[in-house]
Amino acid sequence: MEAFLGNIDSVIGGFSWTVRLTVISAVFSFVLGVILTSMRVSPVPFMRVIATGYVEVVRNTPLTLVLLFCGLGLNSSLGLTFSETVAWNVYWLAVLGLSAYTACFVSEALRSGVNTVPFGQVEAARSLGLTFTQNLRLIVLPQALRSTIGPLGSVLIALTKNTTVASVAGLGVQEASREMKLMFDQGVVPVIPTFVGFAIGFLILTLPMGYLFGWMSRRLAVAR
Amino acid sequence: MRVRRISTALAGVAALALAVTACGPTAGEGGGGGGEGGGDTITIGTKYDQPGLGLLEGQEPVGFDVDVAEYVAAELGYEEDQIEWTEAASANRETYLQQGTVDMIFATYSITDERKEVVSFGGPYYVAQQDILVAADDDSINTPEDLAGKTLCSASGSRSAFTITETMEIDAQLREAGNYSECMQLLTNGTVDAVTTDNVILAGFSSQQEGEFRLLNEPFQEERYGVGLPKDSDMCEDVNAAITKMWEDGTAAELLEEHFGPTGLDYATEQPELDGCA
Repeated sequence: MEAFLGNIDSVIGGFSWTVRLTVISAVFSFVLGVILTSMRVSPVPFMRVIATGYVEVVRNTPLTLVLLFCGLGLNSSLGLTFSETVAWNVYWLAVLGLSAYTACFVSEALRSGVNTVPFGQVEAARSLGLTFTQNLRLIVLPQALRSTIGPLGSVLIALTKNTTVASVAGLGVQEASREMKLMFDQGVVPVIPTFVGFAIGFLILTLPMGYLFGWMSRRLAVAR
Repeated sequence: MRVRRISTALAGVAALALAVTACGPTAGEGGGGGGEGGGDTITIGTKYDQPGLGLLEGQEPVGFDVDVAEYVAAELGYEEDQIEWTEAASANRETYLQQGTVDMIFATYSITDERKEVVSFGGPYYVAQQDILVAADDDSINTPEDLAGKTLCSASGSRSAFTITETMEIDAQLREAGNYSECMQLLTNGTVDAVTTDNVILAGFSSQQEGEFRLLNEPFQEERYGVGLPKDSDMCEDVNAAITKMWEDGTAAELLEEHFGPTGLDYATEQPELDGCA
């Protein structure tokens, strides 16, 4: 355990990148997920096809491939750069990949929430003269969100753990699991305690998330 | 309900146990002492992803490290068909030796004081130098100091890049890739300006795409490749004797020419001084 505590600076440094990746990707993937869901329930067939196609393709592609595509494809071959500093450039590329991937799962969760809203309410809103956008914004999405808080919590936990792929898939973002590998490679740290230490680090991040979302979903459940 | 809960917990524990035991390759037949092979097998760890040194082709790895390993094993009394190859990635090397997963490691394994605390080393059998590889048409980089302000690629877990940024305090930006193949990809596309690691590794990779890259041949840091052995192994003396013989009978020079001759690498022609078995 001494080796682990002796390197506590790099451990904290690694987890700080993990948190940064998680928080920003969560915001983007939520926004994109809401947009995708809106498209998938829209009355315009073209929108539905686009959104469904996107979700089905990206959701069924391994995250490693998505991030490799961001690192070696978008960045290296096509020259997409976000920042002059390499560390931030790969960070934003990883955020792009993680958001694009996680949005699909957000969208799936929300769509199941949309299906819980009784159809009578939608019809009532339409007969009151609400447009599709108003209907979605005022009637459907608020209720859908409240009933999918639990599943969204699972998606957020999955996203937190998925950030570990960002250090290997052609990007090399300095997140926690990379620090762990560096510790194995350089100093000769005992393997099992180091593994356990990093696993606990992830638990510290994800357990409160689980409890928070569980509490919120009970608090905000739609009473019908 | 209680019964069901207990059986669920048991199933969980069983699954976990399976998952844990499934990790890592099973250990080969434990190493026999040197020189008395006869019927035993010896398990040797090497890299499977380094062209020119240890690259898996079909079922067997090929390269300079592999040939040296075969020579040393033959001196210890093991025929080629008694060698079991295992992939030893950088991060696994100490663990494999400590747990007896492998008997010896030939995998561009640099001798360092930290590592000597947990494993023993025979050799070194070759001293590589750290060097820098740039695109063939890039003439702005000729010495390590030219890397200031440039972007440098190194593989995840390698110390090479830190030598430049921390030890030599050259202000280069680091881009980490999963492995050196990815670094080569990034260098080809111009995303990074240079790749740094041991010159033999760079030479091996650049020989896969001839004419694309240029090796500076400006060595600046010694990497002494040793034979990884379990701590306080009794094979160390025999391994050293085999390495000395390999240099004296000209085999070492032949192998170096065979693997690195066409790459433009100025490889060493003298036997490196042995560390001695502590």
